[in-house]
Amino acid sequence: MQIAVASGKGGTGKTTITVNLATYLIERGENVQLVDCDVEEPNSHFFLDINFEAEEKQYVQVPEIDMDKCLGESCRKCIRECRFKALIWMVDQVMVFPELCHSCGLCKLVCPADAVGDSQREIGAMRRVKKDNLHIYGGLLRIGEAMAPPLIARVKEAARAEPKGTTILDCPPGTTCPVIESLQGADYVILVTEPTPFGLYDLQLAVQLMQKLHYPFGVVVNRQGMGGEQELDKYLRENDIQVLGRLPHTKEAAEAYSRGELLVDAFPEFREIYADIWERIKNKVSAEVPA
Amino acid sequence: MKEVVIISGKGGTGKTSIVSALAGLGPKKVLADCDVDAADLHLILKPEVRETMQFISGELPEIDRDSCIECGECLEHCKFGAISEDFRVIKENCEGCGVCSFVCPAEAARMYPRHCGEWYISDTRFGTMVHASLGIGEENSGVLVTTVRKKAGALAEEQGAELVLVDGSPGVGCPVIASLTNADAALVVAEPTVSAEHDLHRVCELTEHFGIQTMAVINKSDINENISGSIEDYCRERKIPVLGRLPYDSGFTRAQIQKQNVLEFDPNGLGKTMHGVWGNMRKYLQI
Repeated sequence: MQIAVASGKGGTGKTTITVNLATYLIERGENVQLVDCDVEEPNSHFFLDINFEAEEKQYVQVPEIDMDKCLGESCRKCIRECRFKALIWMVDQVMVFPELCHSCGLCKLVCPADAVGDSQREIGAMRRVKKDNLHIYGGLLRIGEAMAPPLIARVKEAARAEPKGTTILDCPPGTTCPVIESLQGADYVILVTEPTPFGLYDLQLAVQLMQKLHYPFGVVVNRQGMGGEQELDKYLRENDIQVLGRLPHTKEAAEAYSRGELLVDAFPEFREIYADIWERIKNKVSAEVPA
Repeated sequence: MKEVVIISGKGGTGKTSIVSALAGLGPKKVLADCDVDAADLHLILKPEVRETMQFISGELPEIDRDSCIECGECLEHCKFGAISEDFRVIKENCEGCGVCSFVCPAEAARMYPRHCGEWYISDTRFGTMVHASLGIGEENSGVLVTTVRKKAGALAEEQGAELVLVDGSPGVGCPVIASLTNADAALVVAEPTVSAEHDLHRVCELTEHFGIQTMAVINKSDINENISGSIEDYCRERKIPVLGRLPYDSGFTRAQIQKQNVLEFDPNGLGKTMHGVWGNMRKYLQI
């Protein structure tokens, strides 16, 4: 079973929910795969007292033009066809801008002279570590690299190759390509929100995304008591959205979080809330996906 | 005219609250919300939309069912999993590269301009604001960020405004890079948590990579004095001025609920602190 943890707004508690839920399951003796899909700003490993063992650099394919074969300025098919402006004609040759390339392969297909070969662009690193029942997979986008989805896809591929118990996908914030890539394959999505007006507005965007992509989902309200609950509850009620649980807003929890501590370990009342959240998810998923 | 981009690496550290407060301080300015896939600044600034523009960017294929011969060429060559087994375009996965259209022997896959969202020019109580909404699950957020910034810059020139304040997105990827390219300065909103400290380092590496002058402000600084101290050390080493420290204070949320910035909601407390932040920022920007 694959559970994704997502939110429109950043900083609502996706990683908090991910690591605490994973720990709750591990302590019950279950096997868990934690996939940190936020390759731009990965944080989940800070809470699990682990160091990544292996780091493998990841590359995507970009074109390299063989100017001996290239038909020259009169052709320029590759330049004309590239939708990402990754190729230009410069003085007497085709120049490649690897950072703009989406690795679609069109330049190679259109070249009548077989002059387009392969080169690589480093996009970042893939990391993993196995600690007892917990297997963690993550990525680190190279600074200056714009495209996160290809690296997210690699990280998920690595996790898929070694299936182990429940998979939890810690997604990046937002509602665009990196999130869509992270969600792929999820059986159920936990949308994390805080009750503030910003939280509510971005939750609505996230809900629209779930509806558009047809993912079953429920909501965890983090920092309940922070302010704005009335409006949030009204929205949840009117749209018939299931609340999986509510985690209280306390300064002690915020301080424990700041130190990288797990709330299920620091506060027994949080453990009970996670137990309830998990029960609700299990019921939901078994109802949606008949075994 | 100076363009300052507010970023943070980690989400939820207080970018938008700080932008909305800075909006009420200093010289005439234009505001730009470049967190285009989860824009919140409008919730405080309540813009009155003056002009709405359609955001058309890139292309999207359509496969004509009648001419499709189901040969499978498009499915085989698409690198993005954007063609389904029954030869439909899965829009959310499509990057608009045009491979399907090129390989189709029946000319059934054709490319059309892609409508990805809308963007707006609006009036607010703090001046003109340029903002956008990307369609749900749409592509090209980087291009939309660039579009919003360009317009904000042009309007600032036109109006003789001295400053463009840009509310950025979390992360270090595409939309953040698009919001930083050729900007005059970045203000990084830090938070003293192990996560946010790590993310701050990443985002400062990014501003350094692009050679952009960087300033910092520490929000919720009293939640962990140790990490606040280590953030200040880090900034000192990198010659990143820390413009101020803001406390962990429910005033930010309460202001948000009232649709106010903290200057309006709490002029003597958080408002005063923000005056200090702006005073320091003005010095570094030399305006």
